[in-house]
Amino acid sequence: MPTELPILNATDFTSDQDVRWCPGCGDYSILAQMKKVMPTLGIPREKLVFVSGIGCSSRFPYYMNTYGMHSIHGRAPAIATGLKAVRPDLTVFVITGDGDGLSIGGNHLMHTIRRNIDINIILFNNRIYGLTKGQYSPTSPLGKVTKSTPMGAIDNPIHPLSIAIGCESTFVARSIDRNIKHLEMVLKRAAEHKGASFVEVYQNCSVFNDGAFEYATDRTLKSDTIIELEHGKPLKFGAQNQKGIRLNGMEPEIVELDKGVTDDDLLFHDEKSPEPSLAYLLSRMRHPDFPEPVGVFRAVDRPRYDEELNNQVEAARAQKGPGNLAELFEAADTWSVT
Amino acid sequence: MSISTQETLRTSKEVISVDGATVRFAGDSGDGMQLAGTQLTNTSALVGNDVATFPDFPAEIRAPRGTLAGVSGFQIHFSSTEIFTPGDKLDALVAMNPAALKTNLADLHEDGTGILIVNEDAFDEKGMKQAGYDQNPLEDGSLDLYQTFRVPITKLTRAAVEGSGLSQKGADRCRNFFSMGLVYWLYGRSLNPTLKFIDSKFGAKPSVADANRNSLKAGWNYGETTDAFVSSYKVDRAKLPPGTYRNITGNQALALGLIAAARLSEKEVFYGSYPITPATDILHELSKYKHFAVRTFQAEDEIAAVTSIIGAAFGGAMAVTGSSGPGIALKGEAMGLGTMLELPMLIVNIQRGGPSTGLPTKTEQSDLFQAMFGRNGECPLPIIAARSPADCFDVACEAWKIATRFMTPVIILSDGFIANGAEPWLIPNPEQLEPIPVTHPGTMPDGEDFLPYARDERLARPWALPGTPGLMHRIGGLEKEDLTGNVSYDPDNHQHMTDVRAQKVENIAREIPPQKVEGVETGDLLVLSWGGTYGACATAVGELSSGGASVAHAHLRHLNPFPANLGDLLQRYQKVLVPELNMGQLRSLICSKYLMDTYGLNKMQGKPFSVSEVVHRIKELLVDIG
Repeated sequence: MPTELPILNATDFTSDQDVRWCPGCGDYSILAQMKKVMPTLGIPREKLVFVSGIGCSSRFPYYMNTYGMHSIHGRAPAIATGLKAVRPDLTVFVITGDGDGLSIGGNHLMHTIRRNIDINIILFNNRIYGLTKGQYSPTSPLGKVTKSTPMGAIDNPIHPLSIAIGCESTFVARSIDRNIKHLEMVLKRAAEHKGASFVEVYQNCSVFNDGAFEYATDRTLKSDTIIELEHGKPLKFGAQNQKGIRLNGMEPEIVELDKGVTDDDLLFHDEKSPEPSLAYLLSRMRHPDFPEPVGVFRAVDRPRYDEELNNQVEAARAQKGPGNLAELFEAADTWSVT
Repeated sequence: MSISTQETLRTSKEVISVDGATVRFAGDSGDGMQLAGTQLTNTSALVGNDVATFPDFPAEIRAPRGTLAGVSGFQIHFSSTEIFTPGDKLDALVAMNPAALKTNLADLHEDGTGILIVNEDAFDEKGMKQAGYDQNPLEDGSLDLYQTFRVPITKLTRAAVEGSGLSQKGADRCRNFFSMGLVYWLYGRSLNPTLKFIDSKFGAKPSVADANRNSLKAGWNYGETTDAFVSSYKVDRAKLPPGTYRNITGNQALALGLIAAARLSEKEVFYGSYPITPATDILHELSKYKHFAVRTFQAEDEIAAVTSIIGAAFGGAMAVTGSSGPGIALKGEAMGLGTMLELPMLIVNIQRGGPSTGLPTKTEQSDLFQAMFGRNGECPLPIIAARSPADCFDVACEAWKIATRFMTPVIILSDGFIANGAEPWLIPNPEQLEPIPVTHPGTMPDGEDFLPYARDERLARPWALPGTPGLMHRIGGLEKEDLTGNVSYDPDNHQHMTDVRAQKVENIAREIPPQKVEGVETGDLLVLSWGGTYGACATAVGELSSGGASVAHAHLRHLNPFPANLGDLLQRYQKVLVPELNMGQLRSLICSKYLMDTYGLNKMQGKPFSVSEVVHRIKELLVDIG
């Protein structure tokens, strides 16, 4: 039965709170694309919940006219898990960042993904700690000079998508704050996916890490540094689409087309592959050695924790009835005193 | 369901009637002592005795066999009168090996009445060496203070199970049933409940079931036929209030209380927890009751456990997490978030010995300060403590009532002694349990804004659920603006909200019953206790009162806020004694709240108080009064 929903637009999702990110912050674009996607989902506003942790990105729920919770550092995935477990009727988004999601909250992120609970995790990756004013983050590159690493970062960074794919995430995607059409598409697909969706958004911190993703956004560079994934299509890039990615054994390599190399020689993208190995390989393609893939890396179907949990409750009730307190209390050896 | 407890008839020997008995089974942690104790408990409860138990086991699952570290014990006190403790001194001790003898003998009556049953087969050179005996205690006269019965339990059990097809190792695993049988004979207990238990537990393995049955009967017959046992004992039914009873442990009662509270409030339980001793059994218990719409979530860690319930509370569930001290420490930040969000939820702490990993399987009351103060900022939370296993049921219901009425997380304190101990529970009629009404705001009338931090007369805010049209709001850990709940850094607002959160918790004192006193209304000394020390304190005060001493007992259930009359009440006695299994935490709270000095009785040994310890301390304090 079709439900009648009022026709909403992006401004219906604007809350009464002033947005307080720095001028030029990539978060503005993500907020704008999210508001554009919301009316297209066919979900009433009151059924949407945004949960966040701590960090610049985590102010996001205040700016959405939906239900929301700005919680504590790193814990948003666990809060969202409890919420979705008891309220499968809600559509739940987790807004997190590279510090919130991968450092202090790394454990919850990993377990939420492997449980495949039906929520949408959007990780704003700016490769820096913004709210605490400029320390390196778990995604900052080696050698990164920050206030806490004056001689350069010496810990090897982690890569969000590799982590998510390692946890066998059923939906993994990447987009870029400035690539607004692409970002809108990715957010919509994440929202529509049943299961834990994980989206990394390259996001520019204009104050503490300006230009970290310039290679991926500069008009003159991006055709060579970014490769847009499309399901069933070969991996091609370059200004004239003249370059491609070919598998050499287990290793990807860049090849020029038309030097005896055709599309058929290239790696074809299969987001529905049950094995996550190819998606993982794509997540390992990094600038400057390779063009970095954006788009949907993986979208597969697997049972969802919230559904399974509620199925067990239903199955138990079908088998035993809805539970009777008197019977429960007396479900042991009893005796009477008169 | 009810079960026949017709006593198996003892024939040939003298039967002595006694008020009650305290018995302990002690052996290796693989010897099935907990099972033996549990069976004797259930059987004694079923014949109508009052019972109280004290399981005491090592943190290791299987410490090396025969060592002192591996000794596991289960003590049970059964009586024809109402009792509140598992007993101080033992009337009978079953020691399955030298290590068990060595670690438990000191608790056996030394006046010649103590009955000691030892498995003499275990007293070989290796066993004695492991226990640190230079010479055989069975032969060196060191047991002359006791009625010692040397029983070849291993040999007799092997003989009893011959033909069952069990290996020798399998046969030896039946020795606990032999010991049980002997103790059942000694106290005239029916074998039926345990025979029925064997059927249900081992029914799928007929040879094991047969072997256990035969061992149990062989133990009973050994008492009946051997000349060594001249007399046996009889403990009549206790005169408990009328009704239907079952035996229940604290963690079971807590789980049932949570389920009942959910029904009474028309809510569904969401229990997020990470396994930790001694709280894990709550998770086990609750996960059985999915048909009551109980959802259990075994989280990846303690923090996920508590934050998952914050999500569930936001969604409108009856949200509960359970842990012990180390886990509660990890939950502290999230409990602060719960306070800021003003959502109802329960945080259960089954206390154990601390600090750090401490004594996981031993009891202590040392997390009261943690419950009061263990969070950043001004973060008051209501605290309610159970006093006994069956009381956990009522505490769960009351805690949820407070949480929902006042829109606040509530801390429930129990401890390892209560959690694993058992006592008879007068089963309530569900129809007569007090409903816990919970309301959620509906859609606002046109033109009116929803104010998530508007308050009622109790200062509780509305519990608005996602999914309700028109009530969309955002909450979080940043300071809230009064009424709107928007982020606010305004100095006056922070003062106001801090005051309101504190006043809200204080307001609970208006709705909890005034503190009651057992014993004289005014007098020389008041014992003020809380939590699991109830039994020892009540028994000690009862003994001294009936001897004419001017003493009384007040047992606190509400530790924050205190009952409104507590300050006045304390003034009515010349001295106040606060016995605690910590170094004086309640005493310190009393001192700072009422500016009065009290006396302490403090013990940090991982064990509950004995009655005699409390009696002794009271007598000490009474000496210089009139």
